[in-house]
Amino acid sequence: MSAIPPIQPEEVPAAAARRSRRPGPMLAIGLALMGSLVLVAVLAPVLLDADAVGLTDDRRQGASGEHLLGTDEFGRDLFARALVATRLTLVLTVSATAISVVLGVAVGLLVWMLSPRVRNLVLTANAVAVAFPALVMALVIAAILGPGAMSATLAVGIAGIPAFVRLSATMAAPIMVRDYVSTAKLLNVPRPVILVRHVLPNLGEALLVLSANSFAVTLTELSGLSFIGLGVQNPDYDFGRLLADGLPNTYTQPIQIVGPSVMLVLTGVAAMFIGDGLAARSNPRLRRLVRGRRSGMLHRADELSQEMAAAHREQGGAAGAAALRVRGLKVATAQGRELVRGVSFDVAPGEILGLVGESGSGKSLTAMSAAGLVPDGVDATAAEVTTVGHDLLGPVRSGDLARDVALIYQDPVSTFNPALRLENQLTEVARVHQGMNRRAARRALAAEFRRLHISEPDSRGRQHPHELSGGMLQRAMIASALLTDAKLIIADEPTTALDVTVQAEVLRQFVAASGSLGAAVLFISHDLGVVEALCDRVLVMKEGEVVEELTREQLARGEVKHPYTRSLLAAAQYMEPSAEEANE
Amino acid sequence: MNAITTRPWPAFLLRKAAELLLAMVALVVITFAIAHLIPGDAARVVAGVDATAEQVEDTRARLGLDRPLAAQFWDYLSGVLTADLGESFRTGQPVSEVIANRLPFTASIALFGIALTLGVSLALGLAVAGLTRGNRNPWLDSAFGWATGVVLALPVYVIGAVLIVVFAVNWGVLPAAGADSLYSYVLPTIAIALGPIASMSRLVRREAAVVLEQDYMRTARGRRISTFRQYAKHAVPNLLASTLTLSGLILAGMIGGAIIIESVFAWPGLGRAVVDSIIERDYPMTRGIILTVGAVAVALNTAIDIILALVDPRTLRAGKVLA
Repeated sequence: MSAIPPIQPEEVPAAAARRSRRPGPMLAIGLALMGSLVLVAVLAPVLLDADAVGLTDDRRQGASGEHLLGTDEFGRDLFARALVATRLTLVLTVSATAISVVLGVAVGLLVWMLSPRVRNLVLTANAVAVAFPALVMALVIAAILGPGAMSATLAVGIAGIPAFVRLSATMAAPIMVRDYVSTAKLLNVPRPVILVRHVLPNLGEALLVLSANSFAVTLTELSGLSFIGLGVQNPDYDFGRLLADGLPNTYTQPIQIVGPSVMLVLTGVAAMFIGDGLAARSNPRLRRLVRGRRSGMLHRADELSQEMAAAHREQGGAAGAAALRVRGLKVATAQGRELVRGVSFDVAPGEILGLVGESGSGKSLTAMSAAGLVPDGVDATAAEVTTVGHDLLGPVRSGDLARDVALIYQDPVSTFNPALRLENQLTEVARVHQGMNRRAARRALAAEFRRLHISEPDSRGRQHPHELSGGMLQRAMIASALLTDAKLIIADEPTTALDVTVQAEVLRQFVAASGSLGAAVLFISHDLGVVEALCDRVLVMKEGEVVEELTREQLARGEVKHPYTRSLLAAAQYMEPSAEEANE
Repeated sequence: MNAITTRPWPAFLLRKAAELLLAMVALVVITFAIAHLIPGDAARVVAGVDATAEQVEDTRARLGLDRPLAAQFWDYLSGVLTADLGESFRTGQPVSEVIANRLPFTASIALFGIALTLGVSLALGLAVAGLTRGNRNPWLDSAFGWATGVVLALPVYVIGAVLIVVFAVNWGVLPAAGADSLYSYVLPTIAIALGPIASMSRLVRREAAVVLEQDYMRTARGRRISTFRQYAKHAVPNLLASTLTLSGLILAGMIGGAIIIESVFAWPGLGRAVVDSIIERDYPMTRGIILTVGAVAVALNTAIDIILALVDPRTLRAGKVLA
């Protein structure tokens, strides 16, 4: 049913699986960095403590071989201090993160043991807490407990809880209604057991990602509290404290801030990369599925196929007058798989040409290429595509083309922009390309709505798409074709997505509208019954080629030669027993 | 037809007002509770370890802790409603006066930061999404991921310190401290906006990648309007809803950034004042400022919800799009 055939993944699944198990470069760098930092945290206080806290007479030195980052006003080696501070920083950050994760997940899962009312209350309160600045919450706790490393850790840890409550409660929600959990409930397995056994394992990966990100945030906030004087107090020191000590000396000794800044950034980057790397691994992008260039362009065919097309052109005859003229159209994926293999046809002014075939036959691609809308991921070439007099293979005056060709798509709900009012969408061509002002466009649209007997035509344009039914939207789309006096209407299964009850009415209005415009129609469908009722002529497509061309009369009499068409016809009759009965 | 006659706005605004009121009440209760939650004897803690018994009792009276809890709360509540937040223990200045003097400095830097963040991340995220659409420019895809990852790991105070060293100390083109001229705003604003720009442009880019693949974007291309118009008129409104929904968190975090950055740039705002008040155990000041900042944050969230509903009316009925 999809308008564009799915593009097959070119990669062998096994290779993809192997790739996903190997840590990406981001994760590898993050883990290596974090590993080295842990090593520094373990070793530096043992090896460098004397340099880091020993008072010497080498005060306020610049960088040298002896003191890589110079010394502070007490003659302490700043490089050693930056390394030694790693231990306290990491210990505090890990503690605070642990508080957030453990309490957050506990609360997030425990709410599922409460009654729905209470649960909603807790989660609503939590939603407010999530949106509340964590730092302000941390300030409240710091105000209660007083400045200090312990209170800062508690403050940042507690302030981080709501995010984990939300994550675990949200993640638990779909799991709690899954079949195996329902089964467990039926078997009278107690809820705590369900939560621990079934829900917790499913949280794993997302929890790990959020924890890594939370570690980075916690590091920033905790060091921030130390930096502003509410965290670690002298004589202890972490990265934040070191930075605060160094900052007043920026003008005289800017090197003082280098150590703690670099260490903070390294630690943060390590956590961030681990989080991003894990997220990328658990949620592999689809981007590797398609390799090569994806142009989505319509090109003039190379010389060889041009000759072929010239031959086509000879046979074609009656040039110039056609509303649409396609010669030698080919569409292929970037990998070279041909989806449309040299299709040629004309649509005369006022004629309704049906294009039928099953999904994947290339009919939608053919129609979209004829409108100059080649989708991403494929390339189209042709010897000639002339649409209402515009040569689409050369530079086109886009405004004229947009005015002359109206498109009606399969699914009205997805083809309307949900965020914009109807009139903004339906009058866009008239306003942008034809210079109609907003008020005139609104009036003209209301007039077209009235012509199509759409109820409340004057206020309809102010509505958003979600306020209208699918059938109503499709009729509104027809109104937009009327508005610009389109010469060619390309309709891609315009009623397939609609209720059976409204299909007939929409089709009737569609035909009436195209008739009143005198417009040619390229009508795509997989339903031979509809096509027979509507079209003057029918092209049957299969695997990217036109296998048969029929007039309406031939189709009505069942004069079909190609076995594929016959099977389509049989399917249509099988699907519509009521039509059969009516004939008898 | 019903859709035209039903009016979802009053119900929506009523719900938002109720949420706002509840959050404000919660704030008042929490800030009131600060002095009562201090472990041990609050008056002793505030007066200091070497205070005499008399001084401790004096402090208890100043904190109002010698009176019944209900009476204390009533005093506080009526004070809040009449904008009387008491006097600073340290300077004797009315707290509301201090807040009135300092709030504009914090608010302006936060607002500049928010404006910069929204503008840059929308443009950047959309541009990256457009350029990497359908596997175009894979190098940009990775470069963007790595760059934003690094920026996200930079704390505001480190960014601030580095900006000072580069622009104030080395080049001397921008002031390092104070809020004396418009130039003073440049470095603090950049410092607090960089991190949020990284996370928000990631968000915009992710949402935009989804939006650009939608059928209605093909419809827009079918109208042969300019690429700029496609993005600005058709993609952005759809991005705004999801972006705004999630950006409440990012912007709330920005208030935290504004508080911390004041220590870097010696900014005369509420952030520095609240930190000093906590260190000096100046409770009326602490709770007054936390109440104010918290109220601003809550109001900001409500404002975002209302803008969201204006941008995307579907949220009127369904709550938040992605909630």
